[in-house]
Amino acid sequence: MVHASAGNNEARRAGSNRPPEDGFVWPEEGLTRIPDWVYTSREIYEREVERIFHGRTWNYVGLEAEIPKPGDFKRGYVGPTPVVVSRAEDGSIHVFENRCAHRGAEFCRHQHGHAKEFVCPYHQWTYDLKGRLVGIPFRRGLKREGGMPAGFEPAEHNPQALRTTTHRGVVFASYAPDMESLEDYLTPDILKDFEATFDGRKLKLLGYYRNRQPANWKLYHENLKDPYHATLLHSYLVSFGLLVAGNQSAMIVDPKGRPGVMGSAKPEGAPKVDAANKREMRSFQENVKLHDPRILDYVREFASPWSVTMLTIWPNLIVQRELNTLGTRQIVPSGPNEFTMIWTMFGYEGDDEAMTRHRLRQGNLMGPAGFLGLEDNEAMKFVQDGIRKSAEEKAGLIELGGREEGSSTTLITEAAIRSMYRHWREVMEL
Amino acid sequence: METAPVRVKGFPVGPVAQAPFRELRREIEEFHAEYCYVLDNNDIERWPRFFAEDALYRITARENAEGDLPVGLVYCEGLAMIKDRAFAIAHTAMFAPRYLQHIVTNLRVTGAEAAGTISAEANYLVLQTLIDEDTRILQAGRYFDRFVRGGDRLLLKERHCVYDTLRIDNSLVYPV
Repeated sequence: MVHASAGNNEARRAGSNRPPEDGFVWPEEGLTRIPDWVYTSREIYEREVERIFHGRTWNYVGLEAEIPKPGDFKRGYVGPTPVVVSRAEDGSIHVFENRCAHRGAEFCRHQHGHAKEFVCPYHQWTYDLKGRLVGIPFRRGLKREGGMPAGFEPAEHNPQALRTTTHRGVVFASYAPDMESLEDYLTPDILKDFEATFDGRKLKLLGYYRNRQPANWKLYHENLKDPYHATLLHSYLVSFGLLVAGNQSAMIVDPKGRPGVMGSAKPEGAPKVDAANKREMRSFQENVKLHDPRILDYVREFASPWSVTMLTIWPNLIVQRELNTLGTRQIVPSGPNEFTMIWTMFGYEGDDEAMTRHRLRQGNLMGPAGFLGLEDNEAMKFVQDGIRKSAEEKAGLIELGGREEGSSTTLITEAAIRSMYRHWREVMEL
Repeated sequence: METAPVRVKGFPVGPVAQAPFRELRREIEEFHAEYCYVLDNNDIERWPRFFAEDALYRITARENAEGDLPVGLVYCEGLAMIKDRAFAIAHTAMFAPRYLQHIVTNLRVTGAEAAGTISAEANYLVLQTLIDEDTRILQAGRYFDRFVRGGDRLLLKERHCVYDTLRIDNSLVYPV
């Protein structure tokens, strides 16, 4: 690498004004190496916002179940950018920037709510539920003095509106005016898994978790394109037989490397782990039993061979179907070293109380306090800490499964991560 | 649009005269002190001892409590699940070492039924220190508790930990 300046990766990158092409050289080994600057550079991050989150992508912004009635709204994000997600009188859903045309105030302050219009509290500029600027106090001045110029057209100053689409109750938005349909974006294999979870039943909102994640946002995608970690990091899965290296499983990625599905099937009965697997998995503990095994019950309710799938939809959505605990996770990046994760947990309207409670009990597996979720969050922080504090630019080693890319049926591969970076490098022109 | 008062369904809302509960309050304060002592020592396998057999333990964000959304960041139905969580954190979970300080204050007893169930609320603050990092507020919240008597001890039959700190700092490992 060309960077020889003092300090660590974080300090080196912080004050740099170089254009990204200048010195961001991918290691000659290709996609089996991921250089540190991918995770730590502010310039890279800014280019990601422009080309990925604000580029040709569908970004998750919420569930229709969060805004069921006309006038309902929620605050949301597309990439790091605050938006309002609202339902107008005619039932249509609108996504527009939460930024007043006048002075730039983030005018919608409530997480969720119901409104007839949005009024910026500073000077009471007013927006309708479709995000149109419809009111400016004293626009014509007072006693013929002051006011906006006669030629001022409010319609030319609406907050930036985004293209919006919904599929099976899930709402997406895009800055790109000419996006392909969501179905085409997801590609058939991924769409199939999406529709296994969003199977047409109406969703019932169960609640939210939010956490700060001191890690680059791409590490979250990588973690879910890295089936190798699941049996090694997550002792809980292994101890209680939910996932062991011999389980039937698959990592499916779309031909463009963007979305992916990590799926596995829970074996019936006790896990069968042979001696060779046991030796490889330090965390395997025999004769450990739950006092209340209901947490691992699986009620078969999905048309899918997989009892667990983690669906990553580029760039900001993860759909969690972990047995019967369901949720979306939205990545809200805030710089190269940190993002916020918003977890929206749900069930279905037809769930009886027993099923809702089953989902809530099983919720202990995931989220920032979940037996698996907390470990992922910890591990990603460790990675970012290591890269961020590194005294020199190095690269991660992504060589499991050789140079192969795309889908696989073994857990012991990083092929899906390489596919993701093939796509990333194309979009980023790096 | 006003911010709703923090509440948990089934718990009393509004001021409650505290004078009749002075003795009970002292007893609950002792309970909190012992409970916090165990967690502040990361001695999680002693934590289930504070709960009744049919206890409900739930940590949830204030936005869920306000919206009457049932999810728990941690949701344990019954002592068996509480024991399983203690075991999992003690023996299977991977996380960075940390120090915790629980501070419980503004204890209010909100009801005492003839059957022996006592309801109470208290504010809590959990400070977390990771090695090499500054001490941070992990949670600022309120306990909504229902106690029963098990022999000469108070036991939690219900504990809802409702936190204001909506955005959790990376992960929440130990219970609150």
